[in-house]
Amino acid sequence: MPPPSAVASADPDLAAAPARPQRRARRTTLVLGLIGCLVLLILVMLLSIAIGSKQIPLSTVIDALRHYNESNTDHVIVRSLRVPRTLIGLMVGAALGLSGALMQGVTRNPLADPGILGVNGGAALFVVGGIYWFGLSTLTAYVWLAFAGAAAASVAVYFLGSLGREGATPVKLALAGAALTAMLGSLTTALLIGDVDTFDQFRFWSVGSFAGRGSDVAAQVAPFILVGVVLSLFCGRVLNAMSLGDDVAKSLGQRVGLARLFVAVVVVLLCGAATAAAGPIGFIGLTIPHVARLVTGPDYRWILPYSMLLAPILLLGSDVIGRVVALPGELQVGVVTAILGAPFFIILVRRRKLADL
Amino acid sequence: MTAEAVQVIARARAARQTRSLVVTVVLAVVVFATFCVSLSLGDFKIPVIDVVKTLFGGGDHATEFIVNTLRLPRALTGLLVGTALGLSGAIFQSVARNPLASPDIIGVTYGASAFAVFAIVTLSLTGVAVSAFAIAGAVLTAFLMYVLAWRHGVSSYRLILIGIGIGAIATSITSYLLTKARVEIAQQALIWLTGSLNGRDWSNVRSLAITFVVLLPFMVFLVHQLRILQLGDETAYGLGLRVEVSRLGLIVIAVLLAAVATAAAGPIGFVAFVAPPIARRLTRSPGPAMIASGLLGALVVALSDLVAQHAFGDMQLPVGVVTGVVGAPYLMFLLARANRVGSGG
Repeated sequence: MPPPSAVASADPDLAAAPARPQRRARRTTLVLGLIGCLVLLILVMLLSIAIGSKQIPLSTVIDALRHYNESNTDHVIVRSLRVPRTLIGLMVGAALGLSGALMQGVTRNPLADPGILGVNGGAALFVVGGIYWFGLSTLTAYVWLAFAGAAAASVAVYFLGSLGREGATPVKLALAGAALTAMLGSLTTALLIGDVDTFDQFRFWSVGSFAGRGSDVAAQVAPFILVGVVLSLFCGRVLNAMSLGDDVAKSLGQRVGLARLFVAVVVVLLCGAATAAAGPIGFIGLTIPHVARLVTGPDYRWILPYSMLLAPILLLGSDVIGRVVALPGELQVGVVTAILGAPFFIILVRRRKLADL
Repeated sequence: MTAEAVQVIARARAARQTRSLVVTVVLAVVVFATFCVSLSLGDFKIPVIDVVKTLFGGGDHATEFIVNTLRLPRALTGLLVGTALGLSGAIFQSVARNPLASPDIIGVTYGASAFAVFAIVTLSLTGVAVSAFAIAGAVLTAFLMYVLAWRHGVSSYRLILIGIGIGAIATSITSYLLTKARVEIAQQALIWLTGSLNGRDWSNVRSLAITFVVLLPFMVFLVHQLRILQLGDETAYGLGLRVEVSRLGLIVIAVLLAAVATAAAGPIGFVAFVAPPIARRLTRSPGPAMIASGLLGALVVALSDLVAQHAFGDMQLPVGVVTGVVGAPYLMFLLARANRVGSGG
């Protein structure tokens, strides 16, 4: 909520909105910005392939991509470790950014992150349960467990939130999600406290990392994320209508309940797959949409693509830095993302006039 | 306004006030009953009647020792911690005008946790030292949050976002420290992070009680202004409230309450989040139902500790494991029911 003075001196863009040329100029700026983000993203991806704990000359890296030679260790490192890892970073980032924007749009709450539907809580409980009862310890097993947990939890949250005659209102969804997350968190901790070995494995999953994820994990989650990305890019118009409030959205001909269900399904696809691949990474889904909103204003048709590109830039960039700063070991991407991203986020929040939800 | 309309409004208001009062009294009775039951259970069971007698100074020597020396500090710590968390959550949620805002989510407790885990894992400290670190962490986080959010005044929205940012840093530091530590020490840190009342003594009760006594007058004074603040900054300015001063005062109180509670028992999760909305729905109060929130916080912690101590045989769980399971289903039930009767929300 801006102070009164800010209302008086409102955004000049907004005041001149009806003027056509201005609007077109704004659109051009936004498209250029999007292209800029894309270029930056490609750069970061190349960095992520070129840089790692083992120093490999750039020419060898390019060689590995163009003329793969199985007997060359450096080639194997690039092809079977760095490329899948980069792809996973790209997918997880895009998925988290998009699902965060979707979630904030559908609940109209700046505090909603994709985890608020219970995705992270459910995934964590299932992974811990898998370790505790079945002694599972492979990443590929975690992926399916996490995905199943995420889906189960979000179905439960959606069901709880939509009980009663008004259906799933934003506040009820948010509260039901937070409440169920609380419950699942309790159960998870109960299992962890009783068993040191489970805790020992879980703490490395729960910090959020790309380490050791190979092409098998990438292949497991890719279909879900691709479908989710495509579907989510259709949600912009719907979210714009819903951001005016349920009543206005209805009077504009929007089928609010159906739209909300659709968005929720997309969020589960995206965030579930992302959590499955990399563990719960909280910060990105929560903050990237706010950064995008600072650039684009409140139009979700722009917020969504910007979130989709900005999130993997931050995620992959953090991953590269995490690999370099703590040689010979590495810092988990979840840690670096927050430590790098949060100060930047705070500066942005301080600098710019906030686009309220 | 016609006289008739005035009468209708007055009647509705009176009905609501009666409801608030009844709910508060019932809650107080239930809290006291839970308190007595928790004092009566243990290795040596004491009938609840004797517990009540002992509390009012009429018990024999043995029960007095067991109740007053062994069990009372823990139970009282639980009550005070719960009350503090409930009040702190109610203030945060009203100031931020967001049902998801609570010291857990805004980052104050995350700051406390990061400092405490640092003390446990890296400096190998225990006990009071860890509590001191926790308080320092909470206060520092809140201070940073407020200073960074200040720009011609603090808007609630900016405060929340900055809180999230700082909270994210603190959380990732915590998980990083947990992965670096030896697993036994990490486990010990996990118990602290869950929130536990095991082995609490009179020193904890004393520090909590002093905090309450000091803060109470300010709370009474400022909570009144909270109702105006809730109408939004512009309206509050218009009504002549000094918005920044009141908000700062309320945040300081909420942070201190959360900090002291966290120092005493660890960051017991979800109490601050879950108590205020339940209180609001029970009292049907339009504003923050402060007293009911405090009582509900106490009730959630007391009930959870009862379950954690006695429901699993010999295994004593930390109370924080249970709070989520005790509070959450009830909130969900209320959410579902409130809407069926038609009051949205």
